[in-house]
Amino acid sequence: MVAPELLKPAPLTNATAVEMIKVNKWYGDFHVLRDVDLAVARGEKIVICGPSGSGKSTLIRCINRLEEHQEGTIIVDGVELTGDIGRIDEIRRDVGMVFQHFNLFPHLTILENCTLALTWVRHLPKRDADEVAMHYLTRVRIPEQASKYPGQLSGGQQQRVAIARSLCMSPKIMLFDEPTSALDPEMVKEVLETMEQLADDGMTMLVVTHEMGFARQVADRVIFMDRGEIVEMGPPETFFVAPRHERTKLFLGQILR
Amino acid sequence: MGATSSTGPTSPSQPSFVRSAMTADRSPPVPTSGPLAWLRDNLFPGPMSAVATILGLLFLLWVIPPLARFLFLDAIWSADNGDACRAPEAGACWAYVRQKFGFFMYGSYPREDVWRVNLTLVAGAVLTLWMLWPDARGRGGAALAFFTVYPVLAFGILTGSPPFPIGWLPSSPEGQIAWMVLIVALFATASTLFYLNRYTGWAIAIFGFIAWSELGSWWSSLELPLVGTHLWGGIFVSLLVATVGIVFSLPLGIALALGRRSQMPVLRFLSVMLIEFVRGVPLITVLVMANTMLPLFVPDSWSPDRLLRPLIGVALFSAVYMAEVVRGGLQSVPKGQYEGAMSLGLSWWQMTRLVVLPQALVTVIPGIVNSFIALFKDTTLVAIVGIFDFLKAVDTGRLDPVWAGPKISTTGYVFAAIFYFIFCFGMSRYSMMMERRHSAGRSR
Repeated sequence: MVAPELLKPAPLTNATAVEMIKVNKWYGDFHVLRDVDLAVARGEKIVICGPSGSGKSTLIRCINRLEEHQEGTIIVDGVELTGDIGRIDEIRRDVGMVFQHFNLFPHLTILENCTLALTWVRHLPKRDADEVAMHYLTRVRIPEQASKYPGQLSGGQQQRVAIARSLCMSPKIMLFDEPTSALDPEMVKEVLETMEQLADDGMTMLVVTHEMGFARQVADRVIFMDRGEIVEMGPPETFFVAPRHERTKLFLGQILR
Repeated sequence: MGATSSTGPTSPSQPSFVRSAMTADRSPPVPTSGPLAWLRDNLFPGPMSAVATILGLLFLLWVIPPLARFLFLDAIWSADNGDACRAPEAGACWAYVRQKFGFFMYGSYPREDVWRVNLTLVAGAVLTLWMLWPDARGRGGAALAFFTVYPVLAFGILTGSPPFPIGWLPSSPEGQIAWMVLIVALFATASTLFYLNRYTGWAIAIFGFIAWSELGSWWSSLELPLVGTHLWGGIFVSLLVATVGIVFSLPLGIALALGRRSQMPVLRFLSVMLIEFVRGVPLITVLVMANTMLPLFVPDSWSPDRLLRPLIGVALFSAVYMAEVVRGGLQSVPKGQYEGAMSLGLSWWQMTRLVVLPQALVTVIPGIVNSFIALFKDTTLVAIVGIFDFLKAVDTGRLDPVWAGPKISTTGYVFAAIFYFIFCFGMSRYSMMMERRHSAGRSR
């Protein structure tokens, strides 16, 4: 048996999981994030929506430095993101991320996908790494696929493996970048259920998604972004029932039909 | 079925039409198996193919009988000198190849010492096969031996000089004592690390170094006669140049490809410069430059051996082509793979080694093997700088007045062609097998 703390998320040391202060980012001339201010409390679930190109993916990708912000401050569990590689790796170890296109490693089996970082980053012996991986594969309900390759699994299964792969690192925070957008409709449910289960366990989550049902049910706050700025932010009860901004109303009108 | 049945008591109605005469027999189905079917499907499926087949057969009829007559039927299989082979009706002179085989194989390596070459070649072949055999047990061990122990021992056995730069060891008594102390200290450090089960890789490397230096001191007691590289030649040297080229060009090429895609401007600039410069000149130029310029860069006593210079040239030349092949593979790895690896907290080196390169290299196996095959044949160019490779040996053998004759020369070249073809074809088939194996598990 492995140590029990390997089988659950690591606790956040600070009450504020992520803090973004006046964050700005440009792609060349394109101003993709404008003065973004956001504080995410420990255990909070945030859903970010908005039209494509509104900067919502860029926003969460700045949190684990897949994108670099040019102005402002981002603090992840008390650690400020700077150019320091060691610090970036430290934050990436504690922040899990799930991608639209899963980004599983096609040359490794499902089990190896999950144990890779445990072995090389956490330096667990192979037996312990396997045990942790199987624990999370069981949690996402696909332990029987462990020896297959990603290409042999359905999209929904692959996305659940991707979630398990992130969870193996005992992350303090989970980022989801449109996790269901690349899935066939009948597979969206199994992935959302996995995410709901994760939310029930108290994980701090930032989710970019257009699944408004998920937002209603799970989110503590819903954020609407447009043209790089946070236009509106509020608990789902008020956000969906009484949006204040025209742009929010227009967007919700388009996707909620 | 109910419609045609008139006997069933529950049949609701009589059929309105029943055929009164049998239809004519259909022609039997065309056979889909057997030799005739095979002929039709593969050789005569249509008029164009039929024409192509007939032209192909005519071409074979034109080429094969004279070739078979020359190579086998009229060939001279044994003779003491070239007289029989010079007869107008004689074919290939295999007797000449048999007579000169030692020369083709070893060049001027002393005949009483060729067992050293044979030992090295056999050991190399065993390790190579073991290392490359799919699913063989202990492949990793074989690879480790091939890349570390084998080169050291091969150097010692082939040259007869100690496979450790003992000339660099201190000669004064104080120096020797200091060296002894260093060895003992290293040994103690490595043993401690090993005992603590920490940094065992380093511990093994230190033990390896100690063994290597001790082997160097002990080697002279073997009293192997020294054989200078000016005596080396033939197939043995061709294989040596090709092996060294292949072994060094892949890692060097990977390093250059990574350097070319690096974020660091200086590294990228140096990689691009080296790649474009070496790629921009012919191999012969690289060889001549390696031969004449390398000695100018270093002190006289360090001047590289005359065989080492073209080895460096060939490896470098092949490496820059390899770099471009590998770069193609690196570009084929989607950005998401990098992001997936980074999001897990893997360092750049871990990401490159565990996620990116395994995918990139498998994609470009055909290109890599293509480079290896080109390299293998390009080794014949080392003759330009006076290295006595296999083709040069064949070229020299035909000057022997005892064996002079046009058909005798031709036979030598045919022998060389067969040799090169076997190796290149083998590499090609091996790469195809590896491609199939690697694509099998991936996508289905």
